[in-house]
Amino acid sequence: MIPHTLSPPALAVRCAGVVKSFGTDETLVRVLHGIDLDIPAGELTMLVGPSGCGKTTLLSIIAGILSFEEGEASIFGTPIHSLKGADLVRFRRQTLGFIFQQYNLLPALSASENAAVPLLAAGVGRVTAIRRAEELLAQLGLGAHLKKLPNQLSGGQQQRVAIARALVHNPKLVVCDEPTAALDAQSGQTVMALLRDAALAPDRGVIVVTHDNRIYSYADRIAEMSDGRITRVARTPAQKVA
Amino acid sequence: MAMAWVALQMLYGDRAKYFGLVFGVMFATLLMAQQTSIFVGLMARTANQITDVREANVWVMDPRVRYVDEPEPMPATDLDRVRSVDGIAWAVPMYKGLTNVRAPGGVLNQVFLLGIDDASLVGAPKTMLLGSVEDLRLPDAIIIDRAGFEFIWPGEALELGRRVEMNDRTAVIVGISEPAPPFTTFPIVHTRYTNALRFTPGGRNRMSYVVARAEDGQAPEAVARHIEATTGLQARTTTEFQWQTIQYYLQRTGIPVNFGITVTLGFIVGAAIVGQTFYIFVVENMKQFGALKAIGVTNTTLAGMVLLQGSVVALVGYGLGVGLSAGFFVATANVTALRGFYMPWQIMIGTAGAVLAIMVVSIFASLRRVMVLDPAIVFRG
Ligand SMILES: Nc1ncnc2c1ncn2[C@@H]1O[C@H](COP(=O)(O)OP(=O)(O)OP(=O)(O)O)[C@@H](O)[C@H]1O
Ligand SMILES: [Mg+2]
Repeated sequence: MIPHTLSPPALAVRCAGVVKSFGTDETLVRVLHGIDLDIPAGELTMLVGPSGCGKTTLLSIIAGILSFEEGEASIFGTPIHSLKGADLVRFRRQTLGFIFQQYNLLPALSASENAAVPLLAAGVGRVTAIRRAEELLAQLGLGAHLKKLPNQLSGGQQQRVAIARALVHNPKLVVCDEPTAALDAQSGQTVMALLRDAALAPDRGVIVVTHDNRIYSYADRIAEMSDGRITRVARTPAQKVA
Repeated sequence: MAMAWVALQMLYGDRAKYFGLVFGVMFATLLMAQQTSIFVGLMARTANQITDVREANVWVMDPRVRYVDEPEPMPATDLDRVRSVDGIAWAVPMYKGLTNVRAPGGVLNQVFLLGIDDASLVGAPKTMLLGSVEDLRLPDAIIIDRAGFEFIWPGEALELGRRVEMNDRTAVIVGISEPAPPFTTFPIVHTRYTNALRFTPGGRNRMSYVVARAEDGQAPEAVARHIEATTGLQARTTTEFQWQTIQYYLQRTGIPVNFGITVTLGFIVGAAIVGQTFYIFVVENMKQFGALKAIGVTNTTLAGMVLLQGSVVALVGYGLGVGLSAGFFVATANVTALRGFYMPWQIMIGTAGAVLAIMVVSIFASLRRVMVLDPAIVFRG
């Protein structure tokens, strides 16, 4: 059931006719065949589909870390294909939050230091940055583990540190690739509940790439992909929202 | 800058590699600084018997002489010819040769015998541990250096009055000296010129050198050229003769090549260890660097981070290496074979340059990988 809203929600991501190929000449393989996809702010959108269908490729394009040949991709109205070099890097730093399947935390930094990295990269002082990170980690239930190194934390705890890192600088768009794939079912549920809780905001878009159907229930909207095309987009009001 | 702090945490966090890197730089530094210092010290020693005659600044010798340790005998009349040259304050004879010393009941030892002018005692030892230079005037008196005494009588306390035989004549030790260390291990024996002729076999014409001093206000170089022009002998200032001797050892012995090989090996092994380890350190952190790139850390900042990591390794490793090298020379200052060696500041700077070269190569080899790193790898397994 589609709720009636007074104004249409802001568009977090708009993709139109995005084409992407890998390789050159004889080895050229087209992976995305003209992707049209709108992702509204204020919702958690899941991108699902069989392995190799192009989910990660599309997410990388939306995140501004992969170029593409044809079409347009805009984040909150900014066409990312028009950004180059240092401008693109700054855009990512200010606008995006990243969550990876393998967490990608810095092994030498504590939980709070890791979560503070986007602020440090933006030039925020260390003390301020770490304090902001610690508030967020406490909210994610890691108040007792602030000083621990990644190898002293469970996978689920590490992914929660990664969630804090993805949100600490208040990004407008959060991109997650298989955030629960390395976790057991219980940890996966916890992580998704916390992610939904912490990340969702009216003016923020959240995209989660997954093929873990146990977490589909956390989505507001599911976009299905197959062989480089979007085959279906469905509104699925998240059941877990209390 | 906050990311500088992150870079240092990354470096210190990988304990094993950090120690490996610092050790590599330290090892290379130690090997290069210490070996070069010993080489320089050793080469300087070849001329110590020239510079020890501090009173003189001009040496006159047979034209065939190439370096101090192989004098050609000159007739005694050459002394008067030199003395008659203008611009000379004084000129005295000197005997220098190798001869055998037999201690009673002991073995035969080869020694450097230095015969110095009977009247002036020019060229007498400057540092006396026992006895006095003036006692050389006593009959059959000799002064032997400490290293020589310990060489002939190992483990025995320094003592005057001991008798030795040279050329079937008895000599009495009246003093023990501490001259600048010679290049070889031969003991150094000082005696009067006339005694020296008695303590060695041969005829009358056995003067090795005429050592002289230019008059005040006369440049030694000019006086030396003047002596050459008027006598046909070879004349050198102390400095010229010193470098001529060092040059001879540099060109005629395998010593420079040997040290050169060691120092080059130190450089190559150090560069290999450091370059390799630093490269591995950076490559193992590639996922981390990729994540930072995706998150929005610029290439410039990442380059700065790698540069900082490399610089810290170079500084700490160099500091330890130079410190250890200096410590080596302090610790061995009293070892007879190593006495007088130290680390000249030029070598510290040269070694710093070599370490810089190692680090620059290591940093740039790995930096390239970071610069071209595609942030899209972060979403790939
Ligand atoms: N850098 C690359 N070079 C060449 N081919 C690539 C590259 N990256 C991805 N591909 C190919 O593009 C296709 C889509 O890959 P992608 O990783 O986007 O799939 P996916 O839907 O994320 O799969 P999975 O669910 O297994 O993660 C695959 O066939 C893959 O082999
Ligand atoms: Mg994928």
